[in-house]
Amino acid sequence: MFQNLPLFPAQASGFAGQVDALYFFLIAVSAFFSLLIALLIVVFAIRYRRRSPDEVGAGITGSLQLELLWTIVPLGITMVMFLWGAWVFFTLNRAPRAAMEIYVVGKQWMWKVQHPDGQREINELHVPVGRPVKLLMGTEDVIHSFFIPAFRTKFDVVPGKLTTLWFEATKPGRYHLFCAEYCGTKHSAMIGWVEVMEPAAFQAWLSGGAGEGSLASRGERLFQDLACHTCHMPDSQGRGPVLDGLFGKPVKLQDGRTVVADESYLRESIVNPQGKIVAGYQPLMPTFQGLISEEGVLQLIAYIKTLGPKAAPGPSANEPPPPAKQGTP
Amino acid sequence: MHTIATHTRNYINAEYGVMSWLLTRDHKRIALLYLGSVTTFFALGGLFAVAIRLELLTPAGDLVQSETYNKLFTMHGVIMVFFFLIPAIPAVLGNFLVPIMIGAKDLAFPKLNLLSWYIFMIGASFALWAVVNGGVDTGWTFYTPYSSVVSNTQVIAAAVGIFITGFSSILTGLNFIVTIHRMRAPGMTWFRMPLFIWSHYATSLIMVLGTPVIAITVLLVFAERALKLCIFDASCGGDPVLFQHLFWFYSHPAVYIMILPAMGVISELVAAGARKNVFGYSFVAFASLAIAVLGFLVWGHHMFVSSQSVYAGMIFSILSFLVAIPSAVKVFNWTATLYKGSVSWQTPMLYAYGFIGLFAIGGLTGLFLATLGLDVHVHDTYFIVAHFHYVMVGGTIMAYLGGLHYWWPKISGRLYPEGWAKFGALIVFVGFNLTFFPQFIVGYLGMPRRYHAYPEEFQVLNVMSSAGASILGVGYLIPFVYFIWSMRYGPKAGPNPWGAKGLEWTIDSPPITENFVDTPVVTEGAYAYTHERMDVV
Repeated sequence: MFQNLPLFPAQASGFAGQVDALYFFLIAVSAFFSLLIALLIVVFAIRYRRRSPDEVGAGITGSLQLELLWTIVPLGITMVMFLWGAWVFFTLNRAPRAAMEIYVVGKQWMWKVQHPDGQREINELHVPVGRPVKLLMGTEDVIHSFFIPAFRTKFDVVPGKLTTLWFEATKPGRYHLFCAEYCGTKHSAMIGWVEVMEPAAFQAWLSGGAGEGSLASRGERLFQDLACHTCHMPDSQGRGPVLDGLFGKPVKLQDGRTVVADESYLRESIVNPQGKIVAGYQPLMPTFQGLISEEGVLQLIAYIKTLGPKAAPGPSANEPPPPAKQGTP
Repeated sequence: MHTIATHTRNYINAEYGVMSWLLTRDHKRIALLYLGSVTTFFALGGLFAVAIRLELLTPAGDLVQSETYNKLFTMHGVIMVFFFLIPAIPAVLGNFLVPIMIGAKDLAFPKLNLLSWYIFMIGASFALWAVVNGGVDTGWTFYTPYSSVVSNTQVIAAAVGIFITGFSSILTGLNFIVTIHRMRAPGMTWFRMPLFIWSHYATSLIMVLGTPVIAITVLLVFAERALKLCIFDASCGGDPVLFQHLFWFYSHPAVYIMILPAMGVISELVAAGARKNVFGYSFVAFASLAIAVLGFLVWGHHMFVSSQSVYAGMIFSILSFLVAIPSAVKVFNWTATLYKGSVSWQTPMLYAYGFIGLFAIGGLTGLFLATLGLDVHVHDTYFIVAHFHYVMVGGTIMAYLGGLHYWWPKISGRLYPEGWAKFGALIVFVGFNLTFFPQFIVGYLGMPRRYHAYPEEFQVLNVMSSAGASILGVGYLIPFVYFIWSMRYGPKAGPNPWGAKGLEWTIDSPPITENFVDTPVVTEGAYAYTHERMDVV
């Protein structure tokens, strides 16, 4: 029976050890206090059991010292938990700039994955071992949550937003991928596998089936098909802002605010262009909400990210993205 | 103690006939109306739980369809939370005891009290209508946009039911607040009040301040679903995460609506069971208020991976740790109360011991969820399911059962069979732990909650849970049977079978309609078992 009774999930990412260390610390604290309370209750209940029907307890009302003790000690311990947990949380939320980017779309009830070089997969995610991977995630319908227990990380995909999740796999193997946010009838079938591969095997897999061209090139085609290029021209002659070199740069808005042109900003500007109008431009752009799939939005973003200020650096979004983004969702 | 005149008329036999119950203004009779209602809802919610545990015996989703499974856990949650856990202790034990404990003849607004029950039943009818007419499949959390634009089940009926039921909560809270402020007997100062009253006061504040927000929230879901207003649906400019803010702004404090009255019960049981002052009375009293206030500031800890900002997450994390402190203070004080007490091993105390131990585990595992870096992994897994069942079932239901046993002689005038009751308490304790402890492990392994089918490696732990659930079910049936039996066959209890302090033990069992023949005059604190004073060491 006990070979069928796992007690602990596989550790397959850089976070797993950190999260587990935190887990063991909290288990130790919890076990100590639970056992202490249980032991005291049992000892007191036996030692001071009622010996005659009319007996009453001692006239003790309390003790300020003890109250302070059991207020301050738990406070101190929980602050350690807070700081430690917040530190791990920061790590979980800060993708390294050099992370390789993969685009994920959740929909009822499947995960659709697009690699920058063009591979697409459904309910599977192939990643190389030992390299930071950043997922840029959207959803076509309701909230889902991308959860890989062996990596100790998850993040929701939220309608109207672009969220991110990153990890660095440390051990080749096949790991569960779950949808963790209830999303309707087949919620428990919105599962799949994360396949962590040796770098060479991953390269071989990558070159396997990129029939339709890279993600950015598909974005470029979409950019033409949707006639984006008629307004967003490479020089400042167009009716819309210049997109070349835009990604990662601060943008001055009509209402005086300045925002950084990160993926979330690009996404919002496509589906809700009236939300943030760039200073000096008319609110002319129609919304593409409903005209373009979530995957298409991600392809457009991948394309816009490749538009360098001068000569385009080539369509591979696998290169480090431009600097200046402290992007946490 | 003055001599007690035995009255032949009490609140139960003061009047006869169905209408005398349906039109009663006696807080004790209304408490019994609620007892009947919440017991029915508990049984119904329990039946859904049985079906869930049966389905999860095997990894494949083979007993029921996915649609059905989703409705089962939704209705289990909706009924247990809104129609059992929230009303159980305040509306049954609170209704019965708040006036008596402070020396009043009734609540401040007896008709409003009866109205609360009717509103509760009307709200419940909508929810039951939803169950019968196809059910709801959104989860009790009603997350948008699934609930507001996607699900094609009876969301509107369930939302209307919750909306209406909320008013019952608000009115009960209002009634308690006014009663506690205005109707205390002469000499019943704030710091002579039993801690049960303090915890009900804190609960009432949350009911009055928090419940309107859930009413607004479900109304907005209704508006988006029925009137196509765009509020949470991102495809027309709404924000789905806004729903989560609104929902948890009520629903996290609602957790304290469920647990604070339970804490009040435990304070009473521990004091009577040890025949001692509750250790650190004023700290326990203020801990209730601290929980009520801080409880409103921690809702974002449900949303660490929802795309809420990292900094918001940090603030909610630290506040969540702070709200754990008053709970810890209470646990330590209850334990210290036993020290040098005259400690009873009767059934109410067995439930109290069980409560303290299980609530300690429930509270400590809450720290896991407040810890940002750890919550990311365990969020929405069975770990959280185990955690809140330790608090809600190991905490609230244990306290509710302990309180029912403790005050049953007062409520019914009869004693329950002690041997069976101890046996039942043991079965509940064992069944509970076997059901929910494995869920911590399967949760950390990564099994998400609300999964109809699951990978095979999780099966052994799920079988343990299901086995435990069947034991727990038996544990709940035992008291149900002997309480009913005792109403006719139990020995007469007399006014004070426990030798306990408190105004409720100075009057007849069952009490007369107006509780007290003469308004009592209070001259000492709530737990004055002895007039000697001792230091701890």
